[in-house]
Amino acid sequence: MAMQRREFLGFGALAAGGALLGTRVALAHADRGTSRFVLVIMRGALDGLAAVPPLGDRDYPELRREFALHAPGQSGGALPLDGFFGLHPALTFLQQCYAARELIVLQALASPYRERSHFDGQDVLENGSPRPHALQTGWLNRALAAAPRPAAREAGVALGQNVPLVMRGPAAVTSWSSSKLTVLDDDTLARITDLYASDPLLATRLADALAANAMAAGAGAEPGAMKPQAAPAPGARGNARYAEVVRAAAGFLRREDGPKVAVFDTNGWDTHANEGGAQGQLASRLGELDAGLATLHQELGTAWKDSAVLLVTEFGRTAAINGTRGTDHGTATVAFLLGGAVAGGRVIADWPGLSSRALYQGRDLAATLDLRSVLKGLLSEHLAVPAHALEQDVFPDSRTARPLRGLLRS
Amino acid sequence: MRETFASVIAANRFGLGARPGELALIGSDAREWLRAQLRAPPPVLGAADLLPSAQILAQALELRREMQAQRKQAATAGSAGNGVEDPAQKRLPQFLRPIYATEVTARLQHAVATERPFLERLTQFWSNHFAVSIDKQFLAGLAGSFEREAIRPHVLGSFTDMLLAVETHPAMQLYLDNYLSVGPNSQAAQRRARRQAPRIGINENLAREILELHTLGVGGGYTQKDVTSFAEVITGWSVGGEGDRFADGEPGRFVFRPELHEPGAKVVLGRRYPDAGFDQGVAVLRDLAAERATAHFIATKLARHFIQDEPPPAAVTRVADAFTASGGHLAKVYAALIDVQEAWLQPLAKYKTPADYVVSSFRGLGVPVEADHAPLAPLEQLGQRTWSPGAPAGWPDRSADWDGASGLMKRIQWADAVGARLGNRRDALQLAPQLLGANLSEATRQSVTHAASAPQALTLLLAAPEFMRR
Repeated sequence: MAMQRREFLGFGALAAGGALLGTRVALAHADRGTSRFVLVIMRGALDGLAAVPPLGDRDYPELRREFALHAPGQSGGALPLDGFFGLHPALTFLQQCYAARELIVLQALASPYRERSHFDGQDVLENGSPRPHALQTGWLNRALAAAPRPAAREAGVALGQNVPLVMRGPAAVTSWSSSKLTVLDDDTLARITDLYASDPLLATRLADALAANAMAAGAGAEPGAMKPQAAPAPGARGNARYAEVVRAAAGFLRREDGPKVAVFDTNGWDTHANEGGAQGQLASRLGELDAGLATLHQELGTAWKDSAVLLVTEFGRTAAINGTRGTDHGTATVAFLLGGAVAGGRVIADWPGLSSRALYQGRDLAATLDLRSVLKGLLSEHLAVPAHALEQDVFPDSRTARPLRGLLRS
Repeated sequence: MRETFASVIAANRFGLGARPGELALIGSDAREWLRAQLRAPPPVLGAADLLPSAQILAQALELRREMQAQRKQAATAGSAGNGVEDPAQKRLPQFLRPIYATEVTARLQHAVATERPFLERLTQFWSNHFAVSIDKQFLAGLAGSFEREAIRPHVLGSFTDMLLAVETHPAMQLYLDNYLSVGPNSQAAQRRARRQAPRIGINENLAREILELHTLGVGGGYTQKDVTSFAEVITGWSVGGEGDRFADGEPGRFVFRPELHEPGAKVVLGRRYPDAGFDQGVAVLRDLAAERATAHFIATKLARHFIQDEPPPAAVTRVADAFTASGGHLAKVYAALIDVQEAWLQPLAKYKTPADYVVSSFRGLGVPVEADHAPLAPLEQLGQRTWSPGAPAGWPDRSADWDGASGLMKRIQWADAVGARLGNRRDALQLAPQLLGANLSEATRQSVTHAASAPQALTLLLAAPEFMRR
């Protein structure tokens, strides 16, 4: 067992000056108000062992059988990370980020949720409490409400028609999605605004939508604005599944007067059957996501250096391949934190191992890192959310999840 | 006056939005108008171009087989992987897409024209409870026939019958992967083990979602062990003609494959089920349908849909009691729902889903749904492509899930487009009380009255706060 225990870089190396460092960074960023944050929710439970395979774990090949990835360099091999873990070969942009020290991979991590329902799991992931449906608002919104007042009225934007739970709450946020419908004339709009005057919900939503539309239209003045750019050349890697959404997100985030936080969803991670290995269903999805993140990097331009992008999912999947060449609902999984603001080039994992004794309930990767520790560290250092707010309002009942410091560059 | 408002509630909260004349027709006894809709058998969607699922799936499987053969041939001929899309590979989506369009159009036509809108809302409720999603292979061609075959016939019947029809429908077997699931000690698995072929075994997806989403609900008292055990119970439930391993059986129909079924007695929720092949699964489903947790879960969802986002516990209990007392006789459950006092309280606070918004607009304006498939566009533009919730939990059912800024803006833009198209052929001022009845506010009446043009008047009516909610 001890042989498979990995050095725990996160707490070990950084514990010493962590608290101090965090405070300083938080102040620096807060003063400038330039920090950008993008949250990507991977709905459906990403198979963390497929995305970040523990190549050095002796139980890994038997559990993953024909889908086990080979060592880096071999045909169909993983991309190199730290020697023990590899990266799925479809994640080439993420690997570049890792090499550029702009990516932290967090393995064997989980939210406090320990059952296996997608919908409750996503609820816990988003509401920020240890229990499903305990709160009707999301941790990200409550964090924004507690953070220093942003320049924009809307502190955050959800890319989509509606606002996901994680972004709902007291802070003003908006949502934006592209529309093929034509824009209303000013007179009709003014009359509808009047008509909503005594309806607080609709009045707020309409104002938020108009603000988002104005920003989306105004972004046209900047190079590479929110308008979809020319289609990628034929044969370009991946497809454009997330191109429109990340361009829009970058368009908002680049603006001086725009929201500094964006959130969007990705789907298709619920790989119960025919998941594939180096190639196949999951590989295609990962490739699309990776291409989307590369586009986000490109579109953020100079704002990339102030950005942190976090990718999270509700839980992991079974350690072993199931009877239909897929994986069923599990427990711990992986998260990715990337961006120019991230102190990357590291895997943070207190690796529990994959022996049958080490597996949670004999079937899943066990959780050794609480997602809330990551979120607390990130929100305090990157968005200057005060510590007391994180403990009381943003993540209630989370005392056991100590903030993970030093995730960001000083 | 109170009864006038009751007619608005009946038409909107229970129905699909008032058609002109409907509020007057409902008159003073709104509850009776609803009860009357439950008396006759549910209507059958009758268009001649709606095909049975077995026929659709058999053709789709055959098409896929041909495509696979072609791909293999191309691979051996060395022409594969040159990056050029083979048009033959588009044949399956080209086959499925028109079927989807025909099904959605038929469903929309019915929703807009029906004089039993309560029954249609219930149908949509159940279709969403037992959701399938068209993003999975074949489902674009099957979602409509699944609803017609497994949901509609049972909407006024027994929950158990609907549950059995749903779980044995090829669409559900495919959607939640059960058709591939193999008992680890089944004859098929043992044969493979002797040949040292790659392991095959269970897939717990359908079993878990039956417990979590279709019957007990997530807090319903089952464990991981129950999920695994139940998954073993329904091994062998499959689809004829699907895949090389399972090519036998009548293509496109549900089939039980004894050679894949995990032998032996199994324990689910503390009850022991002796091995009875296919009937072992039927026995478990029957018992699940009779659990109190199931009654409570269904009652909660119905109350959320028909009363309010967070329904009063006492109301849920009354509906659950009706479910239990009647053995899941759905018409009796709905009767209890109609009798719940809180269902008749003002205001109409639940934010319409995009589909509700489009259907109620079409009903209110008397727009005939043409069969040229154009009616699909607003559902897509407003963010609710029919049968595409993307996950087996179905579309969410709370206001906050739908009231986003961008979503509202699209509704307004669509209302503007409808106003431009129909404004000169509809009298918005005359329609306003027909659509909104006692719920029509003075602000909306004033706004519509003083509109700059007839198209703008219609846009304002459709954009009114009262018309955004049910």
